[in-house]
Amino acid sequence: MAALTPLVEPLDQPCGHGLLRPGGSCELAKRRLAMDATFEVAHPLVDGPGGGIRIQPGQRHHRSHPTRICRLLPRVLCCRIMSSKNPDVASVEVLPQGDILRVAITGRLTASMVPNVWSNALGPIRQSRPRQVIVDGSGVTYCDGAGLALFAQIRRSAAMLGASVVIEGLAADLNELVRLADLPDPLAPQLRPNKPLDVVSQAGKAALDVLDDLRAMVSFLGELLAAITWTLLHPRQLRWRDLFAVAEKAGANAVAVVCLLGFLIGLILAFQSAIPMQRFGATEVIPIVVSVAVIRELGPLIACILVAGRSGSAFAAEIGTMKVTEEVNALQTLGLDPVKFLVVPRVLAAMMVTPLLSVFCSLMGVVGGYTVMANYDFTIARYLSAVRNAVHYQDFIGGVAKSVVFAFIIGAIGCLRGLRTGAGPGAVGDSTTRAVVASIVLVIMADGIFGVVFYYLGI
Amino acid sequence: MTRQNQQLSKELAPRRARGLDDGGEPIIRVEDFRATYGGKTVLKDITFDVRRGEVLVIAGGSGSGKSTLLKHMIGLYKPAGGRILIDGDDIAAADGPQLARLMRKFGVAYQGGALFGSMTVLENVKLPLEEFTDLPAEVADLTALTKLQLVGLVDAAQKLPSELSGGMQKRAAIARAISLDPAIVFLDEPSAGLDPITSASLDELILTLNHLLGTSFVIVTHELPSIFTIADRVVVLNGTEKTMVALGDPVTLRDHSPNPWVRDFFNRGAPGATL
Repeated sequence: MAALTPLVEPLDQPCGHGLLRPGGSCELAKRRLAMDATFEVAHPLVDGPGGGIRIQPGQRHHRSHPTRICRLLPRVLCCRIMSSKNPDVASVEVLPQGDILRVAITGRLTASMVPNVWSNALGPIRQSRPRQVIVDGSGVTYCDGAGLALFAQIRRSAAMLGASVVIEGLAADLNELVRLADLPDPLAPQLRPNKPLDVVSQAGKAALDVLDDLRAMVSFLGELLAAITWTLLHPRQLRWRDLFAVAEKAGANAVAVVCLLGFLIGLILAFQSAIPMQRFGATEVIPIVVSVAVIRELGPLIACILVAGRSGSAFAAEIGTMKVTEEVNALQTLGLDPVKFLVVPRVLAAMMVTPLLSVFCSLMGVVGGYTVMANYDFTIARYLSAVRNAVHYQDFIGGVAKSVVFAFIIGAIGCLRGLRTGAGPGAVGDSTTRAVVASIVLVIMADGIFGVVFYYLGI
Repeated sequence: MTRQNQQLSKELAPRRARGLDDGGEPIIRVEDFRATYGGKTVLKDITFDVRRGEVLVIAGGSGSGKSTLLKHMIGLYKPAGGRILIDGDDIAAADGPQLARLMRKFGVAYQGGALFGSMTVLENVKLPLEEFTDLPAEVADLTALTKLQLVGLVDAAQKLPSELSGGMQKRAAIARAISLDPAIVFLDEPSAGLDPITSASLDELILTLNHLLGTSFVIVTHELPSIFTIADRVVVLNGTEKTMVALGDPVTLRDHSPNPWVRDFFNRGAPGATL
């Protein structure tokens, strides 16, 4: 076999290519097969000095080794990879000269070649800890981004050991490229991701964010109430076209789905009530339960949750997008108040249509209840009579009044989140999500407060 | 042309003499290209090529179809007629995996940067290396970092795109476009919205990358100072005629074009004029 140039350093060094198993194959040889070169692969324990097989370009290599040998010497030896003298193949030769290490790099430094010489170039630097590293680039014929990365890592490895680096011999254009790509700090601190905050700092930051949000909410609430008051006193200044457009989207377009939900809620409530009531022979009570629950609570609540999901998110998305595209800034620099211009029409529209939606929802809930009661031989007249006797006008007015307050909360939160949208493509989505979640939570909290207040007022 | 750009142009003049007229196979060839929009022809009868190592500028007035032509060249749209050969392969006829493979032969920097907002600048530049090479993570990290160093953004590696200025975003976009060391880079209005100093530094960067990496550039722009600084040749589109009306060296076109509209185009206004 003709002599070839060794590519990997002597075999008394553990090269870490992995344990060769019987019937296995050398991973390093597999990688090198991508290169345009001829290889000799030898396992000294098996093949002996000068033994081995020659692998042609593109040829697969598959060796089997006795299990006993691999078990006895698991980490010491692997394949010795040689290459033919091909000037395009990247290679590294390392020559220690006292406390100076000469690293001669030859060939094309491309993305496919560089990984193969990476550890060969850097391993000796880490192991021998020289005072100076001299990189001889006279044999480098081409250098792309990966090649620049190799030079950068040589500098980085040397800098970590306090060694200096001299790169010499590069062609003029390559030298210019390497010089331009030279990192200002060879240790490359820019590779380190920003340190995440520790738990205490995160907790503190979260608390500050909540306080900041609370402050913004209180401030916005004041601005909004002032703007609404001003608008009610100057109705001609209100943007009626915007208000009716929002009312149509938030109200008229939601009637069908609100009615459907109301019907289903009434149906489900009637079914669930029928099961225990039937046991006690108290089916007469079912219309009372359904109508009171739907008209006082569930009708307004379900309608408002739907408005939060449909319209609250839309407000946040619309105004958030306007914030990101600087339309809100444009309004301000024109001397227009974004709260009066954008928020007031939306909030007033929501407050107009949501009570109507809650009435629709409640009515359809009562209808849904009847579809169950028909099975218990309730006529429509009997059912309506039971409903009329159970429901008082305070229940109806209380439900409608609550929905007005809920609508104010939904509109205000949606618009506030829109105005506080941050930067970046995820910001609008983030605002929308927070608007919906915050609206629903606050609506249910408000409902709880109303429940307590109504109880003590005897309503 | 500003004094700064004149000096820059002179220093790099020898580069222009090398290898661009060697008669070799062009890296891009556009043949009888035609584009339509909503059934109407917006561009027709466009034929030109891009030589290896060349900086070719596509210029024209607003609405003349410069970006449309560029988007067809990078395979985002299919032409209504003609061929677009990228290194010998017709990108207009390619689909699916073949198109994806062709698209990896070039890099694109969009007008607004189009950086991925949820990733840091370093991650943006590293993404093509992670997806399309087998480079180990350490090598990919440093490769991306050196690309950022080339565009002067190494200290912004861990920042999000939303934290960068417009000029920095464009530089980061160029770094991402060259991360795979493509033979061709397409730039769509790289100087749009930038101040003259930043625009000049971007021109210098393009010339440096062209000079050192041998990358061919196809640039859509209507900034006259940039055209005179960086362009080896210019393709001039006319929106009214919906076709190419000139192809050549910008100085020659300015002074000696037989088409008076083209001469007026290049002579319009004082230095620093835009179209």
